[in-house]
Amino acid sequence: MQIAVSVNGTEYTRVVEPRLLLIHFIRDELGLTGSHWGCDTSNCGACVVWLDETPVKSCTVLAAMADGRRVRTVEGLANGGRLDPVQQGFAQCHGLQCGFCTPGMMLTGRWLLDRNPDPSDEEIREAISGQVCRCTGYQNIVRAIRWAANAEAASGEAAGAEAAGGEAGGAR
Amino acid sequence: MQVPAYFEYEKATSVQHALTLLARFGPEARVLAGGHSLIPMMKLRLAQPETLIDINGLAELDYIAVDGGELRIGALTRHAQLLASAQAGQHFAILHDAERVIADPVVREWGTVGGSLCQADPSEDLSAAFAALKATMVIRGADGSRTVAARQFHTGPYETVVAPGELLTEITIAITPGGGSAYCKVGRRVGDWPVGAAGAAIWLDGEHSEHGAGRIADAGIGLTAVGAEHFSAAAAEVFLRGAPATAETFARAGRIAAEHCNPVSDQRGPADYKRHLAGELTARALTRALARARGEA
Amino acid sequence: MSQQAYGPLPRKEDARFIRGKGMFVDDIALPGMLHGAILRSPLAHARIVSIDTTAAEAHPAVEAVITGQSLAERGMAWMPTLARDVQAVLATDKVRFQGQEVAFVVARDRYSARDALELIIVDYEPLPPVIDAVAALDPGASVIRDDLPGRDGNKIFDWSAGDKAAADAVFAGADVVVARDMLYPRVHPAPLETCGAVADMDQVSGRLTIWVTSQAPHAHRTLYAMITGLPEHKIRVVSPDIGGGFGNKVPIYPGYLCAIVGSTLTGRPVKWMEDRSENLMSTSFARDYHMHGEIAATRDGTILGLRARVLADHGAFNGAAQPTKFPAGFFHIFTGSYQLRAAYCEVTGVYTNKAPGGVAYSCSFRITEAVYLVERMVDLLARELGMDPAELRMKNLLRPEQFPFTCPTGWVYDSGDYPRALAAAMELAGYAELRREQASRRERGEYMGIGISFFTEGVGAGPRKHMDILGLAMADGADLRIHPTGKAVLSVSCQTQGQGHETTFAQIVAAELGLSPDDVDVVHGDTDRTPFGLGTYGSRSTAVSGAAAAVVARKVRERARIVAAAMMELSPDDLEWADGAWRVRGDPEQAATIAQVAMAAHSGLELPDGVEGHLDAETVYNPPNLTFPFGAYICVTDVDPGTGEVRVRRFIAVDDCGVRINPTIVEGQVHRGLADGVGMALMQAIAFDAEGNCLGGSFMDYLLPTAMECPPWELGVTVTPSPHHPIGAKGIGESATVGSPPAVVNSVLDALAPFGVVHADMPLTPAAVWRAIQGRPLRADLAMP
Repeated sequence: MQIAVSVNGTEYTRVVEPRLLLIHFIRDELGLTGSHWGCDTSNCGACVVWLDETPVKSCTVLAAMADGRRVRTVEGLANGGRLDPVQQGFAQCHGLQCGFCTPGMMLTGRWLLDRNPDPSDEEIREAISGQVCRCTGYQNIVRAIRWAANAEAASGEAAGAEAAGGEAGGAR
Repeated sequence: MQVPAYFEYEKATSVQHALTLLARFGPEARVLAGGHSLIPMMKLRLAQPETLIDINGLAELDYIAVDGGELRIGALTRHAQLLASAQAGQHFAILHDAERVIADPVVREWGTVGGSLCQADPSEDLSAAFAALKATMVIRGADGSRTVAARQFHTGPYETVVAPGELLTEITIAITPGGGSAYCKVGRRVGDWPVGAAGAAIWLDGEHSEHGAGRIADAGIGLTAVGAEHFSAAAAEVFLRGAPATAETFARAGRIAAEHCNPVSDQRGPADYKRHLAGELTARALTRALARARGEA
Repeated sequence: MSQQAYGPLPRKEDARFIRGKGMFVDDIALPGMLHGAILRSPLAHARIVSIDTTAAEAHPAVEAVITGQSLAERGMAWMPTLARDVQAVLATDKVRFQGQEVAFVVARDRYSARDALELIIVDYEPLPPVIDAVAALDPGASVIRDDLPGRDGNKIFDWSAGDKAAADAVFAGADVVVARDMLYPRVHPAPLETCGAVADMDQVSGRLTIWVTSQAPHAHRTLYAMITGLPEHKIRVVSPDIGGGFGNKVPIYPGYLCAIVGSTLTGRPVKWMEDRSENLMSTSFARDYHMHGEIAATRDGTILGLRARVLADHGAFNGAAQPTKFPAGFFHIFTGSYQLRAAYCEVTGVYTNKAPGGVAYSCSFRITEAVYLVERMVDLLARELGMDPAELRMKNLLRPEQFPFTCPTGWVYDSGDYPRALAAAMELAGYAELRREQASRRERGEYMGIGISFFTEGVGAGPRKHMDILGLAMADGADLRIHPTGKAVLSVSCQTQGQGHETTFAQIVAAELGLSPDDVDVVHGDTDRTPFGLGTYGSRSTAVSGAAAAVVARKVRERARIVAAAMMELSPDDLEWADGAWRVRGDPEQAATIAQVAMAAHSGLELPDGVEGHLDAETVYNPPNLTFPFGAYICVTDVDPGTGEVRVRRFIAVDDCGVRINPTIVEGQVHRGLADGVGMALMQAIAFDAEGNCLGGSFMDYLLPTAMECPPWELGVTVTPSPHHPIGAKGIGESATVGSPPAVVNSVLDALAPFGVVHADMPLTPAAVWRAIQGRPLRADLAMP
């Protein structure tokens, strides 16, 4: 069957078997290997990507189900050449070691911050509770997402202050 | 990673279209909603349907509404939407309690209420929650809709009354004011299937003095993962009706619920522990439901 | 030597991972590449009557089907294990564990390969499965390894360490003896990336290139040569980015060899990536030690001696990876961190119908098992004596002035200040306050526990004369090249799987040579480009390869001295190294940096003896001893006795790994091990039923801790430099995995003390905790009836 999927803003039309899993479509068909897989039972979350506006475990979704929809992967996190604050946070806070769970963690972090710009540590931990990391013990992942939240708040304040006209450095 | 066997795929554009497709492709066709119950089974090749009928486009089944004294939940409602619904939470806190402990936030974005119910895993949480609320399932077929009590919905492990040419479209719950509900679950880890879980819904009768405990006008107890018939504890409910709303009553109700379930020893725990949980969690769910009924929680 | 390069530098490797540009084995796609899949035995023990591959071979997308018989014709049906046993690559006579490899399909795509597996028909004749390690030693038990000549039972080895007579005497004279059986259940490292390989056999050149998830690429190369008969210089092993190893990726698995044969047969690259169930059911598990511990003490709490008897379940083939002379690894360090008079242990290894392995999952060669035993025994002693477990430990810990200390089983601990670490942990935790809180909660019917673990690790294997794996000594090499413009390339034999070597090793060289870490590139993982060594596991990278990096950098620095002297027309003795340059004694402004010297070395400058036109150097580092990191951990838990649920409220960890090159990376290593402890103590176990069905074959049942089960980790540090390591560093990678499980278990049992619970085995699931309270403990390793 033919499917048309927009991935990181680029439209792809491919002929696939109905049973092709979205993660394999992304990795093998499109060559976007930044998304990974790590289990058989939808438990580990290494495969998390965005489908339209929400994260999904792409190992549990058929490529066919993405027909006509938008997919966002780790390769689509950065804006042009500019890293997303979540990516920066992971690098600043040692939020990754082997890097295998990292794409999924970052995409969930981005989704969380889009809906909840000031999450508590508990809320961050809950947001990533469906994803396993074997390297970091989670603490620095939480710190990384927290870092991104703080960075966006600071730059948002700066942008807001600028917009307010000459009151940069004012009320924070 | 394991991958499914070959199958054909159709995308439904309406409920009617879905029913037509189900009729055309027969009993070896399965409905695909969120897929988070079905696709894992297919990857392990425990399920090998010949055709999948994708109903993710059926916006007409995606709603939560209060209408005519009922909470109506469309079968395609995602778990996350039910968890986020202020209406659902306000009337039936048990649904929020249960959704909060189903899978994980990412899975909840895509998995559906109807999908989980139709998968009919004997440890499925919403089955117990809806049983406690004595909900009603609406099933549509070629000849129109029929309703089935939630407690009659399941016929065995992984089996429901939804026939091959039918589609679960809605779950409705009558709203009776003055009640409170809660869900208590024990898992080996967050996101795990329950080792045991209990849901309780309780209504007090109007007359109670300030110093008295009040009497229970009606109660619903739902149980999952412990082999309770119809995911419920009918004997415990009978006991509760008319009894004073006290800790002793709840403990006794728990014991009755525990006696009347049929847990099996497995990886999650031995049968005696699960039986204990049935009782313990029934009592705790009742306690929390009561506090909510009284506006204390 | 300037140590400014040490510090919490952000990691160089992160740049590619945060962009999704890592290169893991499954990311590799070569032209014409085929995909392999393994058919595995559904039975734990059975004779193979026949295998019919006709239908599979007829599948339109299938290019080849390989069976044990076709491998036997190439002399490859069996391969040596790292423990000098043999293991079936593809089964020929029998299958000996559920999940054992039976056939290999090579197809055009991975979905077809998976489909074709179902077309292979195997006729099995079931045999009685041997699942219980104790029953495996019964005289009438089914003999699993009838492939080994003259074998009439399932015992693999008997081994002992220590002085039995001295220990017996100490026990006989002791006021108090406490004995307890305890199980360290079978667990699995479960790195997030499963194991796999892409094998590309070039028919024309006869060169094999294999990209593989290997923690020890050079050892793999030598073994592939020995197994396949290919000449070693025609084999290139590349470990690209690896998504976690934790010991799981040390051994050679049948799938790698099948991929090599598949490529040889088809003339095309063949990729084999296992799925998660294969990883959990067939690759190297960890632990499975059935232990009996005994501790002897005086009435006032002086620990006199320890004894242990262990039944070690090795699975169907002895694939435990540890130095040859130590069939039970370093278990005999079970003497722990205490002043003991005597100790003695016996370990019996046994075959069962389960997957092979045993040494994995950050165990430092069985030190996880040893520390669990001693720390549980110390707690049991504290309970028996009515003493506070911190006080009992403090009373018995080795004192700094006692180092170097030869423990009763022969280990020479070279350095440590144990009381200081324990005191630091207690202060961080607010120990006295916690005990007060515990008392008041108990009055209210609330149950919290405070558990302590103190551990000494012995890591960084190891001295050549004592330690080898399959005859390959555990010495590792490092090559350092300095380009004319002063940029450096360090090639090392160890293999990062996330530990940050590209950063920390650059920091080591940068510190020695006054360079910026950005000017030092670290090359690893490709046997064509790196010196020989035994790889990364057992916390040996910093301890051995890190030492090699420092040593080779110092060689370069000494060569630079000679050239600098020639540049300045002075004698080398006129120069001293300070602030990143060779400086004239008494006139430090006259100096030459490494960059300046490098250019000079490549120029027409007349070079004296000792330098040949560049500064490059190489070394093979033979560690004189292990290093001995240590730590004190305290875990606070809250237990709900009505449900058995355990919540880890706090975890305090004070670690001492000597000099720390990059504290952030060190802390990250500790964080991981602490999560391991929570997981193993509370939820992880690979169990089997009586038929040998593996019940932990997916992440639905082999549960791993998430961010919700892990508390914020509270870390402290002490620094006791290693006296022999060139930069005073010790290993750290496994310390927390070693030290944390007993802290969690001790904590839960402390919480349950009012119920009279003295011991319960891991994993302390809600069911296990509740059952312990009822006085009817649960057994983790075998399914309940």
